[in-house]
Amino acid sequence: MISTIILCLVLLFIYAPILILAVYSFTDATTIGTAGSFSVQNYITLFTTEELADMILGTIGLALCAAVIATILGSLGAIGTFYSKRRNQMVINSINQIPVVNADVVTGFSICILLVVVFGAGKDTFFPLIAGHVTLCAPFVYLSVMPKLKQMDSSLYEAALDLGASPAYALRKVIIPQIMSGIISGFAMAITLSLDDYFIATYTKPATFDTISTYVVNATRGSQTQIKTALWALSTLIFVIVMIVAVLMNVRPFRNDENAAKAGTKV
Amino acid sequence: MNRNFSRKYLGIPYFIFLLIFVVLPLLVILYYAFTNGEGQFTFSNLINFFTDPNTLGTLLYSFCLALATTVVCLLLAYPVSYILSQSNWKFKSVIVMIFVMPMWINFTLRVTALKEILTLIEGNLAFHPFLNSIIGMTYDFLPFMILPIYTTLSKLDRSLLEAAADLGAGKRQSFYRVTLPLSMPGIVSGVSMVFLPAMTNYVVLDMMYNSTYIMGSLIGSYFSAYDWHNGSMIALILLVIICLFTLVTNGDEDTGVRGGTLV
Repeated sequence: MISTIILCLVLLFIYAPILILAVYSFTDATTIGTAGSFSVQNYITLFTTEELADMILGTIGLALCAAVIATILGSLGAIGTFYSKRRNQMVINSINQIPVVNADVVTGFSICILLVVVFGAGKDTFFPLIAGHVTLCAPFVYLSVMPKLKQMDSSLYEAALDLGASPAYALRKVIIPQIMSGIISGFAMAITLSLDDYFIATYTKPATFDTISTYVVNATRGSQTQIKTALWALSTLIFVIVMIVAVLMNVRPFRNDENAAKAGTKV
Repeated sequence: MNRNFSRKYLGIPYFIFLLIFVVLPLLVILYYAFTNGEGQFTFSNLINFFTDPNTLGTLLYSFCLALATTVVCLLLAYPVSYILSQSNWKFKSVIVMIFVMPMWINFTLRVTALKEILTLIEGNLAFHPFLNSIIGMTYDFLPFMILPIYTTLSKLDRSLLEAAADLGAGKRQSFYRVTLPLSMPGIVSGVSMVFLPAMTNYVVLDMMYNSTYIMGSLIGSYFSAYDWHNGSMIALILLVIICLFTLVTNGDEDTGVRGGTLV
C-alpha cells in the first residue's frame, strides 16, 4: 500500500507538469492557472509558423544526419577495434570513453575552440555542428556494437571464407547481420542524444539555425506568448510520440526473450 | 591471404575521427588554458580562477547544488527502484518504462513545463533559488538515477535474501546487510549520472530564473565574451573534476543509461 503511494507520488512529480501543460495546450489561455476555452490555435501556430517548422525539421534533419554518420563510423570502428591487437583496443576504448563521461559543455566548448577558433571553420557551414553531434553520438554506437561482437560466433566468418566468400562479402553477409541489433540500438541512442542535446548545438551551430533545445531556451527568455504557448503544443506532441514509440517497443511481437529482458530494464 | 586484413583496418577512420574530434580538442583546451592572448605560456588563468572569489564561490555553490541534487534523486529513486524490482506485476516492464520515459522527451521542454507549474505555485521562482534549482535538476535527472539502480536491483539474486532469512536475519537486517551493499554498483552509476550533469547543466537553472552560478555557466559566460583562455581553464578544471570522479566511481557502467536505450 505504502509502496503504491510512493510510486504514485513520484509519477505525479514526473508527469504532472507535462500533463497540465498538455491540457493547457488545447486552450487559448496564455498562462497556466488561468481559465481558457478550448482551442487548437497552438497546434495551428506550431505547424504554420515558418520559424517553428524550420526549427523542428532542422532538429530532426540534424539528428538523422548525425546518427547515420555516427552509426557508420562507430560500427566500423567497433568491428575494426574488435579485430585489433589488445593494446590498440585498450587505447581506443579509453579514448572512446572520454566523450561519454565528459560534460557536454566541455565537449561542445572544446570542439568549438578547435574548429572555429583554431581552424577557422565557419559555423555557417554546419560542419562544426554535425562534427560535434557525431562526436557526442559515435562513442555510444561503438559501445552498443562492441558487446554484440563479443557474443558473436566467430567461426561462422571463418566458415564463410573457407566456402569461398571474399572478406568484404563475409563481412556484409555474416558479421553485420549478427551485430545488427547493436547497430540499431546504437542508432536509436544516437538519435535520442542528438535530439536532447543543447550544449554542443549552442556552441557550434550557425547563428541563424536553431534546434528545439536552443530555440526553447531562447523562447523562455523572450516574451512572445504566441510562441510560448505553441511550444506547449510541441511538448505535448513529443510526449505523445515518445509514448507511442514506447508502447510499440513493448508490444513488439517479434522480440525474443533476450530483448524482452532488456526492454524491461534498459529501454 | 591474410584473413584479418580487411577487418582490422575498418577501425582506422573511427580512430582518426577520435583523434581529431576527441583528443585534439582536449589538447587545444590545455594549450589555451595555459597561454594568454599573445600566445605566451602563463599560469595567470589558473591563478585567476583560484584567487577570484566569484569563480571559487561558483565552484563551491555548484558542488553543494550537485551534492544536494544527487542526494534528493537518490532518496527518490532508491525506493522507487526497490519497489519496482520487488513487485510481481504483470505489466512491470511497462511501469518501469513509464518511469524512465521522460528521458526521451527533450529536457528543455520538460523544464519549461516544470517552470510553468512552479511559477503557478510559488509566484516568483527567484525567491527560493537553491530550492528551485534542486527541484529543476531532480526533475531533469531523476530517470537517470532510477534506471541503473532498478537494473542492479532486478538482477539481484533472491536466494541470497532467502539465505539471510534462513540464517535469522530480519527484513531490515537483510536489507542493510544484503540488498543495499549489492545494489552499490547501481547507486554509484546513478550518482555519476546525476552529479556531473548537476555541476555543469546550467541551462536548467538558466531557464528557471535566468541566472545561474554553476561551473557550466562560467564556460558559457566566458564563451559569450570570446575569452577562450579563461574559458579553457574552466573546461580544464571541470575535466580534472570529471577525471577524479570517474576514477573514484570507476564509471564505465553508466554508458547505456545516458543513451537511454538498450545496450
